[in-house]
This record gives sequence, structure tokens and C-alpha cells, in this order.
Amino acid sequence: MAIGAVLTCVAALLALAGLGVVVHSRPGATRFIYSACLALSSVILIVAVARLLTWPGPDPATTLPLGLPWIGARFRIDALSAFFLAVINFGAAAASLYALGYGEHEEHPGRVLPFYPAFLAGMNIVILADDAFSFLVAWEFMSLASWALVVAHHQEAENTRAGYIYLLMASFGTLTLLLTFGLLAGPAGGYGFTDIRAAEHAAWLPGLVLALALIGTGSKAGLVPLHVWLPLAHPAAPSHVSALMSGVMTKVAVYGFVRITFDLLGEPSWWWSIVVLGLGSITAVLGVLYALMQRDLKKLLAYSTVENIGIIFIGLGLALAFKASGYAAPAALALTAALFHVLNHSFFKSLLFFGAGAVLNSTGERNIERLGGLIQRMPIVAFLFLGGCLAISALPPLNGFVSEWLLFQAILLSPDLPQWGLKLTIPAAGAMLALAAALSATCFVRAFGITFLGRPRSPEAQAATETDPLSRAGMYVLLGACLVAGILPGLIIDGIAPVVQEHVGLTMPTQTTNAWLSIIPIAESRSSYNGLLVFVFIIISTMLAVEVIHRYASRDLRRAPAWDCGFPEPSPATQYTADSFAQPVRRVFGEFAFLARERVDMPPPGDPRPATLDVRLVDVIWEGFYAPIQGWIQFGAEKLNHLQFLTIRRYLSLVFLALVLLLLMVAIWP
Amino acid sequence: MALILDLIIQGAQMLLVLLLAPLLLGYTRKVKARLLRRRGPPILQPYRDLIRLCRKEVVLAENASWLFRSAPYMIFAATWVAAALVPTFATGLHFSWTADLIAITALLGSARLFLALVGMDVGTSFGGIGSSREMLFSSIAEPAMIMIVFTVALIAGSTQLSTIADTMLTADVGLRVSLGLALVGLIIVALAENARIPVDNPATHLELTMVHEAMVLEYSGRHLAVIELAAALKLLLYISIVACIFVPWGLASNGGGLAAYAVGIVTYLGKLAVGGFLLAFFETSIAKMRVFRVPEFLGTALMLGFLGTLLLFVSRSF
Repeated sequence: MAIGAVLTCVAALLALAGLGVVVHSRPGATRFIYSACLALSSVILIVAVARLLTWPGPDPATTLPLGLPWIGARFRIDALSAFFLAVINFGAAAASLYALGYGEHEEHPGRVLPFYPAFLAGMNIVILADDAFSFLVAWEFMSLASWALVVAHHQEAENTRAGYIYLLMASFGTLTLLLTFGLLAGPAGGYGFTDIRAAEHAAWLPGLVLALALIGTGSKAGLVPLHVWLPLAHPAAPSHVSALMSGVMTKVAVYGFVRITFDLLGEPSWWWSIVVLGLGSITAVLGVLYALMQRDLKKLLAYSTVENIGIIFIGLGLALAFKASGYAAPAALALTAALFHVLNHSFFKSLLFFGAGAVLNSTGERNIERLGGLIQRMPIVAFLFLGGCLAISALPPLNGFVSEWLLFQAILLSPDLPQWGLKLTIPAAGAMLALAAALSATCFVRAFGITFLGRPRSPEAQAATETDPLSRAGMYVLLGACLVAGILPGLIIDGIAPVVQEHVGLTMPTQTTNAWLSIIPIAESRSSYNGLLVFVFIIISTMLAVEVIHRYASRDLRRAPAWDCGFPEPSPATQYTADSFAQPVRRVFGEFAFLARERVDMPPPGDPRPATLDVRLVDVIWEGFYAPIQGWIQFGAEKLNHLQFLTIRRYLSLVFLALVLLLLMVAIWP
Repeated sequence: MALILDLIIQGAQMLLVLLLAPLLLGYTRKVKARLLRRRGPPILQPYRDLIRLCRKEVVLAENASWLFRSAPYMIFAATWVAAALVPTFATGLHFSWTADLIAITALLGSARLFLALVGMDVGTSFGGIGSSREMLFSSIAEPAMIMIVFTVALIAGSTQLSTIADTMLTADVGLRVSLGLALVGLIIVALAENARIPVDNPATHLELTMVHEAMVLEYSGRHLAVIELAAALKLLLYISIVACIFVPWGLASNGGGLAAYAVGIVTYLGKLAVGGFLLAFFETSIAKMRVFRVPEFLGTALMLGFLGTLLLFVSRSF
């Protein structure tokens, strides 16, 4: 009984959260809690992967006597939930392993230890839930547990603000999801997912549900313009939790979206996909452009999460488009690509956050303008972080490339779609996807180059030391996963097959039986890619080049001061900074993305004033969308404020007026 | 037996591109010099340069890291693997299905990422300026390349270069608007990717506008030799891609026999000669651009590729 084992583990996680409250101040508590989390999430991971690989079909729902008395709490593992359980618990296991080392540096373990297992349990229950009530309760539980982790370091004013905005957005998201499920369940109130699937929906309903679901899950996943909390909240948490929130919790939101649109809502209409594709494309490009402008390493990674969510939604939009028109094979390809990217992003984003955590721990700095030269002092972390950068920049032979390649292949199949709206939208989405991928490479060259290369820009960076072995072990595991998923993508695609079968009714061809383990999405004459051979070829060519050069060329080597065209300057301040690296991109893309304005104040000769460069970037989403809303609320609140200072007669007349109005409404209501 | 023959031909292609790359560079320089009414260095000069660099000692900056020392080999390997996968004299080589055109573009992207990183390794301002500008150019050139690949792939129904070449050879593709757009776009991308005029000047040194040379400024000796060879390979690769898609005539098909291969090699040499001549001719007739005009230039390629793709989405007959 897979579901029994998983539920037991989840219950154990909840018990561990309770235990965390009691024992957090004891010596060894950190080690104990994280080892237990590691063990429990590994068990769930093994169960989920084993089920996916030998897919026996979904279990019937298990009902527990919890929650609403007349329906209880239903739990079920189908292929979709098995896949997401695997994603979540792999990330959770890696984060727990990392935290075994990293968590020892936590100053207030009591603010992290109880909430960490609770957060893991919450995410697992969202995936397991088979009725709307347990889904929503678990969703809110997950939000609150992660909120508690975001404000763990609440002494910093920035973190409390992040926590506040996160709480607002999370509550708003849950509210829209509540309405979504309310509409889906209908007036009769069949809250079980089986009832929802069987229900007949009115013609106007799917559109409204899609909009609400996009807002509800999109606000958790970080779709533009609902992403504003994400770059504030994810960096505020301790780094292993940042990794979980960015790498894993956003995937729970993707799960929610897939569950509602592909499963509960019935047959899609083609115009849904235009909405999803459009939002996904804008999210991908804006996310990476904002990431490129950040100086805070963790904030940069959080914005890059926004970008990757955009890529995933482009894949989901394509799958919806194909599914709506009845093209099952391309739909299977697009959905596989989207889910593959879900998995990939959980690998490399966690890896990068772990690296950022190791840097933060060793230098106390998140601002990359004060880092530099860390490759000398933290060579292993630098190597691991570089691997993550290569993977996220979609470069072969690592995993990020495979999912983007599959997406491109899906886009190439879409001219067959009959709808004109899609014929014009999909090429644009393809261009945005390519642009986002290329900008992401630029973003991570900047992140790695400024942080790890060059000369140290501060005494803290100068004094950095290598991180502890357990943290490194967590990162090695993730880099290994990136490499395996990159060179043996066929294994992953076949693992995803049951999910795709369940939701579009067809799978991609079986990949593991192909010669040389290449992947062939449609037909060999059309396209194929073999990560294993590319990897082997690169290794062989590198070794050949090294061998030939070292055998026949001079082996002399002399260390000398840097050449720098004959004018080396010893001050590290003369290096390129993060801002100067981003300046060309800011100049090309900045005008529409940030309304960027640069003003150079150059004093005339003879004037001893220093010259200044003033750069102003506007967060267009915040200023254009949230600031007006904030303004209206403020305005309304100030007007309502007058009501607090009335005489008793006026209050009584207001009560009377309200009563009359309500009676009128009752009288007029049909 | 057939497998061994296939492997030999694949190996021959890898050796061929490696040996021809410096020759193409020398030939282009020679043509350029003649067009400028100079005598120019001998055609074989790039080989001599490589050998001379290999004989010299490496002068390494004091704070250069392990990445700085290992990156040249990785840049070379990624470029070489990409060049080996482009059909030069024959299609359907034994490993041609390993990576399609999108993967070849991405492999070049890997090489470029390492190049941009090592530019920042020593921590000099020249290196940083080169890396920053290279990544800006690539941020527009790479999507442009992907859109061009889309255009070509939609016509040929495949992203495999061998299949594309075969389709262009056999099927009644004819003259198409979208192919024209793709050709112009691809040439713009190729000029930018290979740091040629008008985007960058391969002959500069000590100039504030340099990009590629700025990144490799700290390299010397055998490391520089490997990087120079990789750059030459990249030029050869782009000319091969243009030749294979737009003038595929003479390409031997799989198992065509020795005569077909010989014809393939001769026509390939001819295509390289024409391509190198046109490149030199173009470079002598145009001035280098300001750095911030380059994004507009590359934006043109992106728009051309996008337009080509859009036309093909509207109707397959464009």
C-alpha cells in the first residue's frame, strides 16, 4: 500500500514538527530533525519513483475521518501526484542533507526547526489530497509554514516586509482557489475530485475557473504580475528553505494548475492556451531581465525562478493548445517537456540556492558587488555552482537543455494547429523562449563571474573559506542529478510517460529502447538528440586536446602579474562590477522593461566636484499595478476613517439605514 | 565492416575540419589583404602562428584560477564536437543524429559561456568589458539563430542538418521568401558570432571596441593556440552550415562510394573558397559599427528569422 506508507511518513513529519517545538534548544536537535526529514522524504521519494517506473494504475482514494465530517479527507496517488511527490521529496531530501551541515550555523534554531518538517508535510498533503477541502487546508498550511520560515530572521526590517507581502499574496491566492473549487463543486457541493470530474459544467464556467485558477496558482508559482512577493520572500528565508521554496514549492503551484486545467476542468478550449502562453512568455522574459539587474545573489536566483516558471507555463500552454485540437502526440511532447522542466528546475535551482547559502555563510554577504575571487577560496563550491549555472543556462550536455530542446520540438509541430490566434501566438512564444534562454546564460555568466571570478572586492570575500562537507554532499547529489537527467533524458521521459498518458491520452514513444539511448520525440528523420554521446564526445575531445598539447607543446608555465594591455591596476575596484556587466543589457532592453534612465553629471574642467552616474530603474509591475491598488486602499481607508468619530445619533441612523437597505434587497430579490 | 568504414569517414570529417580551419583563416586574410592592395601574410601563416604559440611558455596571471587553465580545452572540445556534426562533404555520417541544429547552436553556446567566464577570471577591466559585450551580442544572436533554425526546420520538416540538406537537394523546395530571410539572418548571426567586421574586428588589439580579443587578452602560449584554433573552427563551422543548408549541391549521401566522397570534398573546398572570398569582400567594403548599433544589427536578424517562421506558420508555401 503505497498511499499508506506515504501518509505514515507525512504523519511522522507532522509529529517531527511538534517535537521540534520541544527539543529545538537541545544540542543535537538540528542534526536529529534534519536526519529524520532526510530519511522520511527519501522513503516517500523511493515509493513515488518505484510506482512511476512500474505504473500499476491509480489507487482508489483512501478516506480518513478528518476534515469535513460528511466527506472526510480523501487521499489518492495517481501518476500526476506520484511525479510531483518524487520532485518534492527529492528536493526535500537534498535540502535536508544540505541542512545537516548548513543548519548548524543557524542562530535561532527554534525559529526554523519546528516549521521545516511542517512545511514538507504541507507540500506533500497538497499533492496527496483528493478533495477540494483537504487541498485548500493543506495549501494554506503550506503557505503559513513557509511564511513562518520567511520571517525566521525577523530582526531585519526587510524580512518582516517580505513576510507581510507574502502573507497578503498567499491569502489572496488561497481565496481565489477557494472560489475556483467553489465554482467547480457547484451548488450541490461535491468537493471530492471524483465528483468534480463527473460534474456537468455550464458553458461560462470553465473560462472563469481558468482565470481564478491562474490567479490562485500563479500567485504561488510567481507568474507576472503576481510574482512580486517571490523575490522578497524566497531570499529572506534560510538558504535551504529558499531552495525549497524556489525549487519545490513553486512546483506545488504548477501541480495545482495542472490538476485543475488538465484534470478537473474537462476538455480544454483552444483560447485557454493563448492566455497561458502569453502569460508564460511575458513571465519568462521579464523574470530573466529583472534577474539580470539584481545585486543580491539570492534575489537574482528568485527572479530566475520566475523566468523558469514562465518556461514551464509556455510548455503547459502548448500542451493545452494541442490537446484542445485533438493532436495527442504533440500534446504529449509538450506536456513531457513542461514536466521535464519542472524536474530540472527543482534540481538546478536548489543547487544554486545551496551555493548562494554556502557563500552567505562563509562571507556574510549576499551582495555580489562585495564578493569576487571566491573560486580561489571555495573551489569546490565554485565548481558545483558553475555546474548549476551551466544547467540553468540550457547548455548541453546538462539537463536544462533537454527540456528546452523538447519545447522547441513541440513548437515546430504547431503550424498544424487550425486556429489563427495560435498560429500567431506560438511563434512569438518561441521567440520569447529563445530570448529568455539566451538572457539566462548572460545572467548566470554575470552571477558566477562577479561572485566567484576576478579579485575579492571586500575583506569578507578575501577571508572566505570552503563550506562544510555535508553541505557539499547535498550539492553533489543535485549536480549528479543534473548530469544524469542531461545525459540519460530517455529515463526521465519514460518515467513521466504515465502522467502524460493520464492527462492527454497518449505518451511520447518509449525512449529507453532507442539505439545509443538517444531521444527521438516524433521520428528519427525529424529530430533526435543524444546527451550521452555529446557528453562522451566532449570528454574524448577534451582529453585528446589535452594529451596532444601536453605531449607536443611546451609545458613551461610562469606566473606573472596580469597583462591587462600593459596597464594593470592593483585596486580591485577597477574590475568590472555587476552593474557595469549588466549595463549593455540595461541599455538595450531597459527602456521598456524598467523605464531605465541614466543621467551622467560630468563637471566641466576645473571643477573639483566628482562626476556622478545616476541610474534609475522602475519596477514597472510594482509601480504600474500594485502602487495604484495600494493608493486606492489607502484612500478608501482614510475616507472610512471618518466613521470612527461620529456621534451616537449618527451611528444609530446608519444602523437604521442599513436595515432599510437590507429589507429592500430582500423585498426586491426574486 | 560497414561500421568501421562509417567510423573512418566520421573521423575523416573531424580531422578535415580541424586541418582546414586555419587554412580558411589564412586564405580569408590573404584575400582581404589583396583587396586592400597589400601583399598580406602567406596563406599558411595561421599554422605557423599556432606552432609558434605552442612552443612558447605560458605566462599565467598570478590570480588565474583552475577554470582559466582548463577552459581553453573545453571551449575547443565543444566547438570541435559541434563542427564534427555539421555535414561538410557528406550527409548522414555515422553520428550525425547525435545532435541537431538546435543542439549544435547550444554547444557553441557552451563554448561561448566558458569564454565569457574566463574573460572575467583575472579581474581586469578589459576582460570584463569583453565578456559583458559578448554576452549582450549572444543574447540577441542566439534567439535569432533559433528563429532561423525554426524557419529552415519548418521547410525541411526536420532539425537534423543531414535531413535538411537532403530535403534541399531532392525535394522541390524552390525559391522561397522565408529561405531568403533565413539566409540574410544567418549571415548576420555568423558575422557576429565570429567577431567579424562590422560587429568586431578580428585584427584589432588594444582598442576599446574589441570584444573577442578583450576576453582572451590574458591568454598566452599553448592556451592561446587552443583558443585561436577553436575560433578558426567556429568560422569554418558557420560557413559549413550556410553551405549545407543553402548550397547543398555536391554533398555525398550516406554510403555513396569513394567517388561521391571525392566529389563532395572537392565541392566543399570550392564552397569554402567562395565563402571565404565573399567574407573578405564584405569585410573590406564595410566599416565597423559602434558597439550599441550592434544590437540593432542583430535585432534585424532576429526579426528576419521571426518573420520567416511566422510566414511559414501562416502558410507552408512561403
